[in-house]
Amino acid sequence: MVTLGQRPATRARHTPRPSSVQLKIVMAVSGALALLYLVAHMIGNLKIFLGAEAINTYAAWLRTVGEPALPAETLLWLVRVVLTVAIVAHIVSAVILTRRAHRARPVKYAHRQPVQGSYAARTMRWGGVIILLFIIYHLLDLTTLTLNPNGVPGDVHANLVADFAPSRWYVTLFYALAVIAVGFHVRHGLWSGLQTLGHNSAAAQNTLKGVALVVAVLLTVGFLSVPFAVLTGLVR
Amino acid sequence: MTSSYTDYTVGAPVADTAAPGGPIEERWERRRFGVKLVNPANKRKMKIIVVGTGLAGGSAAASLAELGYQVSSFCYQDSPRRAHSIAAQGGINAAKNYRNDGDSVHRLFYDTVKGGDFRSRESNVHRLAEISLQIIDQCVAQGVPFAREYGGLLDTRSFGGAQVSRTFYARGQTGQQLLLGAYQALERQIDAGGVTMYPRHEMLDLIMVEGRARGIVARDLITGETRSHLADAVVLASGGYGNVFYLSTNAKGCNVTATWRAHRKGALFANPCYTQIHPTCIPVSGDHQSKLTLMSESLRNDGRVWVPKRKGDDRAAGDIPEDERDYYLERKYPAFGNLVPRDIASRAAKDVCDEGRGVGPTGLGVYLDFSDAIGRLGRSAVAAKYGNLFDIYQRITGEDPYAVPMRIFPAVHYTMGGLWVDYDLQSTIPGLFVIGEANFSDHGANRLGASALMQGLADGYFVLPNTIGDYLAGARLGPVDPGAAEVRAAEQEVANRVETLLSIDGNRTVDSFHRELGHLMWDQCGMERTDEGLRKALDRIPELRREFWTNVKVPGTGAQLNQSLERAGRVADFLELAELMCLDALHRTESCGGHFRAESQTEDGEAARDDKNFSYAAAWEFTGQGEPPVLHKEDLHFEYVMPSQRSYK
Amino acid sequence: MKLNLKIWRQAGPEDRGRLVAYRVDDADEDMSFLELLDVLNERLALDGEEPVAFDHDCREGICGACSMVINGEPHGPQKATTTCQLHLRHFRDGESITIEPFRAAAFPVVRDLVVDRGSLDRIVASGGYISAPTGSAPEAHATPVPKANADRAFTAAACIGCGACVAACPNGSASLFLGAKITHLGELPQGQPERSDRVVRMVETHDTEGFGGCTNTGECAVACPKEIPLDVISQLNRDYRKATTGGRRSA
Ligand SMILES: Cc1cc2nc3c(=O)[nH]c(=O)nc-3n(C[C@H](O)[C@H](O)[C@H](O)COP(=O)(O)OP(=O)(O)OC[C@H]3O[C@@H](n4cnc5c(N)ncnc54)[C@H](O)[C@@H]3O)c2cc1C
Ligand code: HEM
Ligand code: SF4
Ligand code: FES
Repeated sequence: MVTLGQRPATRARHTPRPSSVQLKIVMAVSGALALLYLVAHMIGNLKIFLGAEAINTYAAWLRTVGEPALPAETLLWLVRVVLTVAIVAHIVSAVILTRRAHRARPVKYAHRQPVQGSYAARTMRWGGVIILLFIIYHLLDLTTLTLNPNGVPGDVHANLVADFAPSRWYVTLFYALAVIAVGFHVRHGLWSGLQTLGHNSAAAQNTLKGVALVVAVLLTVGFLSVPFAVLTGLVR
Repeated sequence: MTSSYTDYTVGAPVADTAAPGGPIEERWERRRFGVKLVNPANKRKMKIIVVGTGLAGGSAAASLAELGYQVSSFCYQDSPRRAHSIAAQGGINAAKNYRNDGDSVHRLFYDTVKGGDFRSRESNVHRLAEISLQIIDQCVAQGVPFAREYGGLLDTRSFGGAQVSRTFYARGQTGQQLLLGAYQALERQIDAGGVTMYPRHEMLDLIMVEGRARGIVARDLITGETRSHLADAVVLASGGYGNVFYLSTNAKGCNVTATWRAHRKGALFANPCYTQIHPTCIPVSGDHQSKLTLMSESLRNDGRVWVPKRKGDDRAAGDIPEDERDYYLERKYPAFGNLVPRDIASRAAKDVCDEGRGVGPTGLGVYLDFSDAIGRLGRSAVAAKYGNLFDIYQRITGEDPYAVPMRIFPAVHYTMGGLWVDYDLQSTIPGLFVIGEANFSDHGANRLGASALMQGLADGYFVLPNTIGDYLAGARLGPVDPGAAEVRAAEQEVANRVETLLSIDGNRTVDSFHRELGHLMWDQCGMERTDEGLRKALDRIPELRREFWTNVKVPGTGAQLNQSLERAGRVADFLELAELMCLDALHRTESCGGHFRAESQTEDGEAARDDKNFSYAAAWEFTGQGEPPVLHKEDLHFEYVMPSQRSYK
Repeated sequence: MKLNLKIWRQAGPEDRGRLVAYRVDDADEDMSFLELLDVLNERLALDGEEPVAFDHDCREGICGACSMVINGEPHGPQKATTTCQLHLRHFRDGESITIEPFRAAAFPVVRDLVVDRGSLDRIVASGGYISAPTGSAPEAHATPVPKANADRAFTAAACIGCGACVAACPNGSASLFLGAKITHLGELPQGQPERSDRVVRMVETHDTEGFGGCTNTGECAVACPKEIPLDVISQLNRDYRKATTGGRRSA
């Protein structure tokens, strides 16, 4: 029976915490941190086109910057910690939001809703999971070097060239798919974050969507350029 | 049922004993000083039922709760915000004179009395005009987003042929915005515990104990449970009864049940035949039609109304050459042209259609043509002014009004009649107050555009909260025993009625009865009424009613959400009201305002009033279903605005 | 025209409900979608079956009562149009149409296509107003409102409270509805004193009622018959952030 005129007693009336808007803000801030990292990371990757020397020096610099005032690898660990916290916060919020979304619509529509907003928006959850799996593989591949065929610490250039060798096309393919997933994720995520944190007027909406698209495309192309350069022999 | 219903009897006159005397400008002031006050501590113990959450009911319930009364508020919709006031488009009048164009409280008062064709009470109308100022202040404070000018001040426009710009508006959604203001105030009181809200509840009877209104019987539309709700006073704000015509601009659920049930319990029903027909509605497209949509009157500012000169001319509008078109309003009323008042424009459209010159598939329509305006002002200027109306039109008809002329036809829009109330808005039943469109008070025989919203809010925010205290303070009401015989009887009566409706199990649907009744009323008691036609209707209605009660089919049970059952109850009441409307129209052999008797017209076909014999409000007393009612007259006196015959030539 | 309908039938909140097929052979393209259901219901009633229950009232797109999902879209395929204003000329002869209620935990099904949207009223009750008791108002022109603010307030205030945004949202969130009220009242000078409290309380009620959290998918604004723009959600977030971090009031 539906009780009218007063708050329904049949449903549990607890107020979920954190609030839905707080979760959104966490998503946006943590996503923005990850995005900043991605941009820096992508620009760093492009050094490969300047030669083995350039990228290996850059990798070494990342580990020595600040010395001797600071201990070795300070920046690197700082970034790692912040990024880990951000990604964990991001994922935890995403999981809470997803669970609330399922609870908010316990009975699904029989006739599937056609996608009206955007595909990027609809693929955030699956895309996120793919990216997470990719990150784990990516760390084992190029950070710990556990899965890397070359696996020489400090020789980033050689590790990359070995990784994306034409015979290992499936690795390149997986990287490509993951990077495209990141592109989609960022395309909606960046806009979404601006919508959450920005002062968004109706007029600015389309501009912001454009900005998000451009950032996402640049990021995707930038990241993809490395494996494809190796695959096609441009970088060897 | 031996006697004929047309043999009504005339009873004692009815007098407004609450009305104060003195100069008209001071009467409301005097009355407010005269009312007894309820001690604040006692208010908390007093319970008031408000039926309806439109502009009148919503504003009243919120204001009464703010004063400290315990309020129970009822509406049949799932949310109080959906009351039919939401649909009002044009605007709300107020004598602010922000334009410095000569407006004043007195002018609004004067225009309203004159517009009502001298069939309303001067005291009430003056109070309405005074309060109009406060209404705008109140609504602005609540955050109603009225249209504004670049300087940040409120914009106004002239409406419905008024000579001054006194209509405040919020695009084409004034009713919605005003109602949301009242609704939000109501929700605030619900949260604070001052109002208990009963949405999806329909009032089916009034409970009277010792001659006073002490509660209602309401059906919970979801569970089907009917139960009584008791209180110290009952306020009806249940809106108008235009749906007796089946097709009207009213929402589908608008009904007369609440007021009719009160009428059956002794409240006098005044001027039931005064209905307003709006000239610019989208015509009927077929038998499936379920309601009519209003197109704002502002369209007549630039559109030209015409029909072909030749009868049965079925060429497309564009193929009819200029000299074969009859711009009949411009021809008949050169001074006002397309801007003649609503009733004149409506009747003129009916006349040309009766002559067989109507347009569109049904022949019931006239053109409203914008091609001249588009030529003169350009398409974009026309779109800027009327774009959203053109869109509505196109959405409904599938025709593009920029390319082909719109088709329009009159439709029932508003009912000036309603329960009789005194200056305090109290009906003839002590403790029963009636506000908004549900009462008969302020508009006489014809309502001016943008004045219904004003009246609803005046009643609810400012009048009732001041006057109801006089009754409550003076009545010395004890508690009502929920088991009292009167309460039980009312509950039983409602239960029996529901039971009967469900058990007939005949062969006709509720809607088919409603449609037939609507057709009959439109033909015989619509824009033009004749002695012969009204008598025909008075013969047919009782037959139809009998057939209804023996042959209606209401599927489902009473213990569930049953929309057929809801409609059946409403149509049953319309079948009784219709008879009283026709009788009232028959007895009033004059024409006035929205009531046009073919027998009473001037040489050029205008309404001819008969002040000598009909300068009164006709308040009818119920004596039994199908029994001749008793007429009580309230004589009208005019001290400030002298009756004159209007002319728009 | 002929239409094949599949309509959700559910006797009450406890019933599981199912789609039932009906055929209407005498539809007319000038009919509105609700008139199509009227025609079907007349036939069902005469056949002694129970008519399909659905909410409706004004039938002119302003009361917000009508509420159904047509082929997966709340209020059907036509942009900026409520179900009552949708006409059959937008469907093909012989087309199959699936009709379901708005689905959300916060909108329990009452019967067939009728749902209980009281949760939206409760969101408003928890703060969606300006406290201006009757009689206390200053002269209307005492506070001018710049036209730009008044216009934006109006655009947001045009919400009819239908809940289509919730029905369309993959998260079952009512953020568009909520943002619309926050923006309407927040744009006006009269709305400032309660601005912080309002947003915090309304968000709290929104969450408590069981609506999901917004992830900016934008489906709501596409489904909204009054074209309430998405930036009202941005406004909601901003107001909430200010209210909860400014130290004025914590969530
Ligand atoms: C299309 C249209 C446009 C209009 N435009 C204008 C305009 O521009 N300017 C103007 O001044 N006027 C206009 N009007 C007239 C004006 O809108 C109405 O007269 C006015 O809003 C009536 O308000 P109300 O509060 O009396 O009743 P309503 O708003 O009709 O409210 C009636 C309430 O009573 C409840 N109710 C009814 N019966 C029962 C029952 N049996 N049990 C329980 N609850 C019940 C309903 O649920 C509802 O809450 C227009 C009318 C229409 C139809
Ligand atoms: C299980 C894993 C993940 C899930 C479910 C997920 C989900 C989401 C969702 C739902 C959003 C939209 C946030 C919003 O509402 O504003 C988002 C934004 C974003 N995500 Fe993820 N994500 C995941 C992993 C990642 C990873 C690993 C990265 C990057 C390394 C990442 C980068 C971003 C970025 C940059 C944004 C935009 C942030 C912003 O709003 O500014 N995500 N993610
Ligand atoms: S925001 Fe739009 S879809 Fe949502 S309730 Fe308001 S009008 Fe309906
Ligand atoms: S019935 Fe009122 S909006 Fe559709």
